[in-house]
Amino acid sequence: MAVAATCGTGAGSSACMASAASKSNVTSFQRRGPRASGTDSGGPRLVSIAGTRPSVRNGQLLVSSGLPALDQLLGGGLAVGTVLLIEEDKYNIYSPLLFKYFLAEGIISGHTLLVASAKEDPADILQELPAPLLDDNYKKELDEDVYNHKTPESNAKMKIAWRYQLLPKMEQIGPVSSSRFGHYYDASKRIPQELIETSKWHGFFLPKKISSPLKVEPRSLTHGYLKLLQFIQNIIYEEGFDGSNPQKKQKNILRIGIQNLGSPLWGDNICCTENCDNSHSLTKFLYLLRGLLRTSLSACIITMPTHLIQNKAVIARVTNLSDTVVGLESFIGSEKETNPLYKDYHGLIHIRQIPRLNNLICDESDVKDLAFKLKKKLFTIEWVQDNYLRQERNIYPPGFSYLLKQKDSAWGEGSLQHSTFLMSFLAKATAFASRLVRHGEPLKQTGSGRIRQAAGPRLRHDGRRQEAPGFLGIPP
Amino acid sequence: MFPELNNLLNITPDRAEQGKLTLLCDAKTDGSFLVHHFLSFYLKANCKVCFVALIQSFSHYNIVGQKLGVSLTLARERGQLVFLEGLKSSADVFFQAHGEPHPLQFLREASPGNLQPLFEFVREALKPVDNGEAAWRCPVLLVDDLGLLLSLGVGAVAVLDFVHYCRATVCWELKGNMVVLVHDSGDAEDEENDILLHGLSHQSHLILRTEGLATGFCRDVHGQLRILWRRPSQPTAQRDRSLTYQYKIQDKNVSFFAKGMSPAVL
Repeated sequence: MAVAATCGTGAGSSACMASAASKSNVTSFQRRGPRASGTDSGGPRLVSIAGTRPSVRNGQLLVSSGLPALDQLLGGGLAVGTVLLIEEDKYNIYSPLLFKYFLAEGIISGHTLLVASAKEDPADILQELPAPLLDDNYKKELDEDVYNHKTPESNAKMKIAWRYQLLPKMEQIGPVSSSRFGHYYDASKRIPQELIETSKWHGFFLPKKISSPLKVEPRSLTHGYLKLLQFIQNIIYEEGFDGSNPQKKQKNILRIGIQNLGSPLWGDNICCTENCDNSHSLTKFLYLLRGLLRTSLSACIITMPTHLIQNKAVIARVTNLSDTVVGLESFIGSEKETNPLYKDYHGLIHIRQIPRLNNLICDESDVKDLAFKLKKKLFTIEWVQDNYLRQERNIYPPGFSYLLKQKDSAWGEGSLQHSTFLMSFLAKATAFASRLVRHGEPLKQTGSGRIRQAAGPRLRHDGRRQEAPGFLGIPP
Repeated sequence: MFPELNNLLNITPDRAEQGKLTLLCDAKTDGSFLVHHFLSFYLKANCKVCFVALIQSFSHYNIVGQKLGVSLTLARERGQLVFLEGLKSSADVFFQAHGEPHPLQFLREASPGNLQPLFEFVREALKPVDNGEAAWRCPVLLVDDLGLLLSLGVGAVAVLDFVHYCRATVCWELKGNMVVLVHDSGDAEDEENDILLHGLSHQSHLILRTEGLATGFCRDVHGQLRILWRRPSQPTAQRDRSLTYQYKIQDKNVSFFAKGMSPAVL
């Protein structure tokens, strides 16, 4: 990867990392939890940089995105040299949070920041970063939180969906000290001023920079993008993040954050019209940015209001040009706000794309329905089914065959997702595979008129039979 | 290279065909494993390869290539592989004017006219050396993500012209092969991409189309591969042969199986 190249060791180090990675090779189905920094598969020549860790799968250097839950979904973290694109939610309420978590993580880990915005002054953005939760504070918050939470049986053994107990929990409970990878933040408090002052950051505020004249012709990039690209290139070269400056020996990560890229404030009218004449400006900017990132020790987060882009082709191209794409969908103002399935949650988070870097496969998470909620202090991401499972567990005990009609599901009419989900845990077969529920033939009526179970799996996993409550319609 | 895919396509490194244009197309999934396959296949078949890699860096292909048994650095040193790394040189080309035209010259232009410098680069890279020693088998041009050129401002017709020129030189004149990858945008209504894709499908001899499963994500079956053999030059007296398989990508290999016959389900 770019990291090997920039450390000037060339092919030797990459081969070393590849062989180290293949030595620690495991089958692709094994779930890995994020490990503490400093595993030995990182390659001996790479000096460990604070706030990074090598990926267990391919020795890639990873940085935390600021949310440990998101790191887990992205396969351990954000790879150095890649772009994380956040598709903003409709009213731009939650995407600035992810942006700020990324930057706050940079400050805590001692990385250099580059903040670019056309709307807010970067100095103001930095003032609003969330405060980190240190070890003992976090414990206190968590205990309080768990106490207030209404479901006491969250720790009880799941009786029906017992297969899902094998799934790892979404959140890593437990604080990490500041020298480790990934921290928790308190969204209701501001970061202490002294942390900002001791950190190194560069700001790019478009209204201030755009007044200076262009030294080169535009070449089909809008003025704002061109200025930003030059700024980023200058910082990378001058501070030595790409290893080409002989005076500077940099062993740190540059975290670049670009807010609301593509919005009209950047001078791009891609969000205003469908057929704009300068439609390649954004895609070309992304390509050139990616070129700069790949050859330097940097990671970039971009938030983009893709819901405003009229031309769907552009969104597809932007997705292809980015490495990791995460979409946020908030429930405010949509019909999902009143859906009982989504109660307690504020929105859905879609992991649209994960890069396959240095590898044929990527660590794609098996859970696809993820929702987030912003409790008064913490931003958590959970599997939607967790809530659903708690509701459904009393209605469908095992040991029966059920006919599932595909209508009126919480996901929507006739949702395949809903019925396959139910079938998979009812059938008690291998988890996540959608197998057909075997319908038993109806039994002859014997004895008193009480209906016993139809043919099918009769025994619960612990060997006892159970009757179905609420079994309707006793036939004559 | 993946041995199972070689069996399906009925090719071996010893008997590689010549003069063929292969189109790799992916819809709703990532078909880049096919690029790694063909790269390692042609390197093992002792062919001279010109790789125009626009989307990923050299070390990415190198590391995956090592898993598949080829070393790109060695091939590059020997002269077997000519590698154009788009990402690394893009910023340089954009900001600084070079003396001689760079293959990625179109990045500097406001409205890029044609891809002629890129074609000159390819022709220069694949032309046979006269001294006769270390004769490579046949020249191969590999382009990772031809559709990316559309995002960089080049028109679909200009890209098709480029492919035409390359085909005339590489496939017909030098009796080599071409492999290009284009993403299918599906319902994103990307007209330029559709023009490019249809134009290429019409000209290619072999189309490998990877699609995601219609039912969505599955841990055991990563997608479906459609193989279509075509005879573009001859009239369609015989029907084009088409096969469909499902696949699962593993760490160093991709396993193929008939539809519904995944080992996880059986």
